[in-house]
Amino acid sequence: MTTFNGLGIRLVAISVDAPDVSAELCRKAGYTYTFLSDPNAEVIRRYDLLHLGGGVNGQDIARPAEFLLDSSGVVRWVNLTEDFRIRATPEEMFKAAKALR
Amino acid sequence: MRKLLWNWPVWLGFLFSLLAFTSYSLVFARFPATRNVPWVNFLLFGVSAAFLFFGLKRMLGGAQSVLGKMVSSILIFLSITIFWVFCFVIFHATKQLPASTGAPKIGQNAPEFALRDTRENLVSLAALLSTPLDLSNPSRGAPEGVLLIFYRGYW
Repeated sequence: MTTFNGLGIRLVAISVDAPDVSAELCRKAGYTYTFLSDPNAEVIRRYDLLHLGGGVNGQDIARPAEFLLDSSGVVRWVNLTEDFRIRATPEEMFKAAKALR
Repeated sequence: MRKLLWNWPVWLGFLFSLLAFTSYSLVFARFPATRNVPWVNFLLFGVSAAFLFFGLKRMLGGAQSVLGKMVSSILIFLSITIFWVFCFVIFHATKQLPASTGAPKIGQNAPEFALRDTRENLVSLAALLSTPLDLSNPSRGAPEGVLLIFYRGYW
């Protein structure tokens, strides 16, 4: 987290969770980066990341995905996992962020 | 010789299969080295299988009472079921993701959006790209980039 800050990279987490749910997660886990709430999965749909009925109770949720954007908003690195157990590691994302500079 | 009710290797094998199953989400899924390929869990299942095999031999060797044999058989069946469910989750269930062919690709502009943060403030992508990272030191200027992390949610 601080290392990404040092690289000048802003971390933004997006899910269908309500703001208060994310606030609780941040409080418990000590996350300090931005958490955004997309309860109707509008943005998740716009990014074609909808996992229809993928939640534990059959909710429509986001499939895991990471996008690194440069300062003009152009995608410079992307990770779309094919197995939601296996996401990008902080090291992989850090490497991509370093390559951006 | 009195026939045994307890077949301890079978019980140990069953406990190891429970441990192998539950320890994945509780412990080993947290670390990429044990998450991506759950080798520790397969190792524990291996230990379980060894005990079960030993216990099965004892059972078939006639060392156990009828009730003991029934209990042993149920435990062996449950252990195999636990292993099967684990394999199903690891090799199949977590891979059931939509193709996502329309996701923004390298070189494309990320689609604009505006969503609420944890303080209920509406935050746009444009703002994320232009607001200085360190508001107490705005001279550092806008961020070099933004890492968008979509995740499944806390449920």
